[in-house]
Amino acid sequence: MTDPIYLDYAATTPVDSRVLEAMRPYFADSFGNPSSVHRYGQVAEAAVDSARETIASVLGCRPDEILFTSCGSEADNLALRGSALSRREQRGATRILTARTEHHAVSKTAEQLEKYYGFQVEWLKVDEHGRVTPEAVQKTIGAETALVSVMYANNEIGTVNPIREIAALCREHGVPFHTDAVQAAAYLDVDMSALSVDLLSLGAHKLYGPKGVGALYVRKGTKLVPHLTGGGQEFGLRAGTHNVPYIVGFAEALQLAKEEREQRIGHVQPLRDHILGRVLEEIPDSRLTGHPAERLPNHASFVFQGVDGNLLLTLLDAAGFACSSGSACKTGNPEPSEVVTSLGFSRDWALGSLRVTLGKDTQPAEVDIFLRALPSLVERARSLNQR
Amino acid sequence: MSGGVDSSVAAALLKQQGHEVIGMMLRLWSEPGKEDSNRCCTPDSMAQARRVAAKLDIPFYVVDAKNVFRETVVQYFLDGYARGETPNPCLLCNRQIRWTFLLDHALALGADFMATGHYVRRKEEDGKIVLLRAVDPSKDQSYVLHVLTQDKLRRALFPVGEYPKTEIRRIAESFGLPTASRPDSQDLCFLAGEDYRGFLQRNAAEMLRPGEIVTRDGQVVGHHNGLPNYTIGQRKGLGVASPVPLYVLGKDAATNTVIVGAQDELGMSELTTKDVNWIRGEAPTEPFRAEVKIRYTARPAWAWITPLSGGQTRVQFDAPARDVTAGQAAVFYVEEEVLGGGIIQ
Repeated sequence: MTDPIYLDYAATTPVDSRVLEAMRPYFADSFGNPSSVHRYGQVAEAAVDSARETIASVLGCRPDEILFTSCGSEADNLALRGSALSRREQRGATRILTARTEHHAVSKTAEQLEKYYGFQVEWLKVDEHGRVTPEAVQKTIGAETALVSVMYANNEIGTVNPIREIAALCREHGVPFHTDAVQAAAYLDVDMSALSVDLLSLGAHKLYGPKGVGALYVRKGTKLVPHLTGGGQEFGLRAGTHNVPYIVGFAEALQLAKEEREQRIGHVQPLRDHILGRVLEEIPDSRLTGHPAERLPNHASFVFQGVDGNLLLTLLDAAGFACSSGSACKTGNPEPSEVVTSLGFSRDWALGSLRVTLGKDTQPAEVDIFLRALPSLVERARSLNQR
Repeated sequence: MSGGVDSSVAAALLKQQGHEVIGMMLRLWSEPGKEDSNRCCTPDSMAQARRVAAKLDIPFYVVDAKNVFRETVVQYFLDGYARGETPNPCLLCNRQIRWTFLLDHALALGADFMATGHYVRRKEEDGKIVLLRAVDPSKDQSYVLHVLTQDKLRRALFPVGEYPKTEIRRIAESFGLPTASRPDSQDLCFLAGEDYRGFLQRNAAEMLRPGEIVTRDGQVVGHHNGLPNYTIGQRKGLGVASPVPLYVLGKDAATNTVIVGAQDELGMSELTTKDVNWIRGEAPTEPFRAEVKIRYTARPAWAWITPLSGGQTRVQFDAPARDVTAGQAAVFYVEEEVLGGGIIQ
């Protein structure tokens, strides 16, 4: 069997060879602990500092506003728990505003803050494209709001939120604003000097960096309660020995993403548009999920009526295509995703979701092969539908 | 694949023979809240099957069959009890779920054959596929597979039926696969290790209507608390005072009565079956002698089999058979071959 064609770049990406090369010296040669006094430690510390500077320059912020974490989810956890607890301590604010369309790293953390920490979560309404509107935030924000968290771009449906406006609103009300930019950073502008975002989560592996490293941007003056206590690493907010090679790889990957952004968008967007057009035209009872225009340039997502999305993924994989779905579930117990459901689709539609995400290595010929195969596979999944 | 030794070895053997193998597992229906105890597809067994597939370097997919399983197999189970029978839902599961629903999925994935870890054998003879008992008589599972037809059998492979169980364990070890079997139990997967009576109480309480316990001559000797709570041949728990031990001889759904009698009334020299499947695809035209199994665990007994019209057969035992139970299958064997079978009426 040949390897399936990879069309799941929103799940993860391969590590760029340049990134791998940048990481290589820090495994066995310059292996020191950045916290050590000796020269081994100094070399490692310099690598981490340099990585922090690189990332700061991409984000248009100060290096000491960048905190390294083990992944994007950890950055989300630290942002929500850390700032919610801190805001309650400072102001007694106990309400968290976020949406059901958020990544679980945000929504489950918010639920935990409600269940165990005494906060109240207000779930912001989204429009039919899954967007959180500034109006929805305006309606609910208040003096008792501890934090607003709205993702930059949605992982499942690709929709880009108007975070510039939402961030400005939060600033007006003096409420910290967090955005999960894990999916967005590969393609969208993440300039912190232009956005009044206070907290922003990043993950390396969505942009050709390694898995296992992420970062949280924390605007100067934004207070956090540490969530990993121990040594004084990361300004006392996130203890744990630095993952030096991964941090170095992350910086390299983010730098490349910035340098090559136009080129990468120019590569994926026409291919993605081709997919959107052909799928909706050729496959009966298919709908786009997410915003038709305000969406990640590499992201196509659909629902098909009367299809078990999980079965479609199985059929696709067996036919040589690696895709994803909102209800992705390896245990054969599919439930429609909250994201797709929140768009207003009934169960019969919501269970049949498909996400196709492209990357810099996606070949036009691969997209063509995929588009030729998909209609009959959807048909086959429909005919096997037990419902 | 179940994560157990038999299906794991089946996959390993096929892979070793050079086949391109895909692992599949069914997600079956469980009562809400009991998903973790379903005998066929607990999260543990699923994780185990996934590990085996990874070890064998084959793809692995779980297919959701919850709705179709509930609507066919569980419904059949409930309907059978409602008719006063003791249904065998595993037979329907093999026919409708494994060898129709799952086979259709396997074919949709591009497969040419579907293999299972069942202990049976198949062989081609005169252009027909015949089903044979397993090499290891203690493991033989041909009883539940007598429902297969030629079109299914042409797609079926049973790699482990050619080996004794001890050899299967040894092969598993040599491949570095798990060697544990699922406990060989007749418990139905969706009962999650519990008694079926509780399941009926929760899911079809209306069929548990109290009624009379009578003798063959119509004498009322006691009261029962619902036909499904009694099985043919049952002696204990009747709550009937009698000078001789009484056994359940039969159940009459029309009158909602349990019929009891003495031990010597238990044997039946004859039974009829409906919905007979002849594996070779053609019904025999003449009466013939065969060994007959009337339950999964029953010893085969010699009988004359007479094909009747309408997919029925008459089975006349050489010696009266005990515990003949409506809803179970009578399966016919001539030497190694499974000729077919039908549901006891």
